[in-house]
Amino acid sequence: MVDVASPAPLADASQQAVAAVPNKLEVRNLTIRYGSEAALRDVSLSIREHEIFGIIGPANAGKTSFLKAINRMDVFTSGMRVEGEIHFAGRDTRRLNNVYALRSRIGVVFPLPVGLPMTVYDNVALSPRLRGITEKAELDVIVQRCLTRAALWDEVKDRLNALGSLLSGGQQQRLTIARALSQEPDLLMLDEFSIAVDPVTTMRIEDVLKELRQEVTIILVTNLVQQARRLADRTAFFLGGECVEIGVTEDLFTGEVKDQRTRDYVEGRFG
Amino acid sequence: MATGTQALSNRATDARPAGDFDRRNADWYFDKLIAGVVFVCGISAILFVLGIFFFVTKEGIGFVFEKMDFREFLLTPYWSPSDAEDPEYGILALMAGTASVTGLAMLVAVPFSLGAAIYIAEFASGKTREALKVLVELLAAIPSVVWGFIGLVIMNPLLIKWFDIPVGLCVLNAGIILGLMAAPIMTSIAEDALKAVPDRYREAAEAMGATRWQVIYKVVLPAAKNGLLGGVLLGVGRGFGETMAVLMATGHAVNIPDSIFDSVRALTATIAAELGEAVVGGEHYQVLFTIGIFLFLVTFIINLSADLIVRGIRKG
Repeated sequence: MVDVASPAPLADASQQAVAAVPNKLEVRNLTIRYGSEAALRDVSLSIREHEIFGIIGPANAGKTSFLKAINRMDVFTSGMRVEGEIHFAGRDTRRLNNVYALRSRIGVVFPLPVGLPMTVYDNVALSPRLRGITEKAELDVIVQRCLTRAALWDEVKDRLNALGSLLSGGQQQRLTIARALSQEPDLLMLDEFSIAVDPVTTMRIEDVLKELRQEVTIILVTNLVQQARRLADRTAFFLGGECVEIGVTEDLFTGEVKDQRTRDYVEGRFG
Repeated sequence: MATGTQALSNRATDARPAGDFDRRNADWYFDKLIAGVVFVCGISAILFVLGIFFFVTKEGIGFVFEKMDFREFLLTPYWSPSDAEDPEYGILALMAGTASVTGLAMLVAVPFSLGAAIYIAEFASGKTREALKVLVELLAAIPSVVWGFIGLVIMNPLLIKWFDIPVGLCVLNAGIILGLMAAPIMTSIAEDALKAVPDRYREAAEAMGATRWQVIYKVVLPAAKNGLLGGVLLGVGRGFGETMAVLMATGHAVNIPDSIFDSVRALTATIAAELGEAVVGGEHYQVLFTIGIFLFLVTFIINLSADLIVRGIRKG
């Protein structure tokens, strides 16, 4: 188990639920298995309200599985088993009656852009409509706000009726982010969002994320360690299903690490 | 990006209670309801098939257990169920009829449909493509009795004239008719399978300098082989189960064919032709249902092996 660097003691989960929640997310002894193979082993950490929490690590480190477990995607993933506890907003996500309500408050951006096969407008209006918002004027406001926040509005404002799946890769990824924002999420999880995005767009999205920190908690999974350094308040280093280290991001990059492997990874000396 | 400081929403995020994670709202219950409805639909499809199997078995099973001689049934070619004194129930000739016609039909249909599918999916463009697709689907909709009619009225005299044979209702006639009949649906499925291969595969191969045919042969066909195989097996099933066209074009003579110019009789055609005359519940009636069980089993085995082959391909 790793130091969780948390201001609140782990034991007081019930108390947290009533009091103001200092931690947005608390993960205890999380183990994720696919069949007999463990993708993640005994990870404990907590994520504070309104911080950007970075997760770095090479392929097969368990980063994506970690995000899936938070969102309870294991419900529809056959063979995926999750052990341990995940508390979101003070609630144990393993014991919820309505998993859809949980997901509707967590926005997820997957590595490859997913422009749904509907118009740009409908892509962003989908989640509000699912929430029951039908008034055109209200939807218009939401669509413009979310597209603006995702740094896409200027490029698509004249073609909101074009198919979302026909936008360029970088635009589709920003559309995906706009869609996630349209959920008005409490938690935004980005999984290597810049894989299919050009550097300029990546920088614009990073600026957006910095601003969003005021309003949402963000988990940023990235395989660009410098991206974590630019954005994350704290960063966890995952390796082969193990959470090697969690610390203030700058500490990881200035060599104040507890584990030699972390230093090797952030300095790019990884064999 | 002038609106950078604009709030994500007007409400305070923290104010939302976590309690709604437990509130099962209308959407949640509707989801459960739909899950239940589709479950019933799915299960009923299985129940119907089981019901048909049960019915066919019930009608034929009495004969199987009480009077049937398996050796006679499967291994002798003598079929004379109406003989009052000594009826004979050997389906070997009928099996040979069905197998020869289906086999020949596949020899006709597989190259034709594969070629047509490759042309439509890979070479044809724009209006040609759309027109061909519509035509192929139209062909697939021709009723089998019309195909049988073509076999009887057009193919029959042509074969007599060309090959100088006494009767043109034979394996060749039925095989061609059945092949042409199965080709459109096989083309349609094969074309879908080819279209399902992502364009980035083609682009990647083309970018290496592969010719169009090399791209198709080395990349597209292997990627689509499951769907193509599925199309072929659907064609086999179609040929196996086809009744009316086969009844009209084979000559309906109990015979193990020596050549493609011999008349034969198919299992399905036998049931269709004789069931109306057989006494309900009588021995002949039961034997026809036993053939039904046999057809059911063979179809099952074909589908099962197709499934296993496809799975095997997926693993490898």
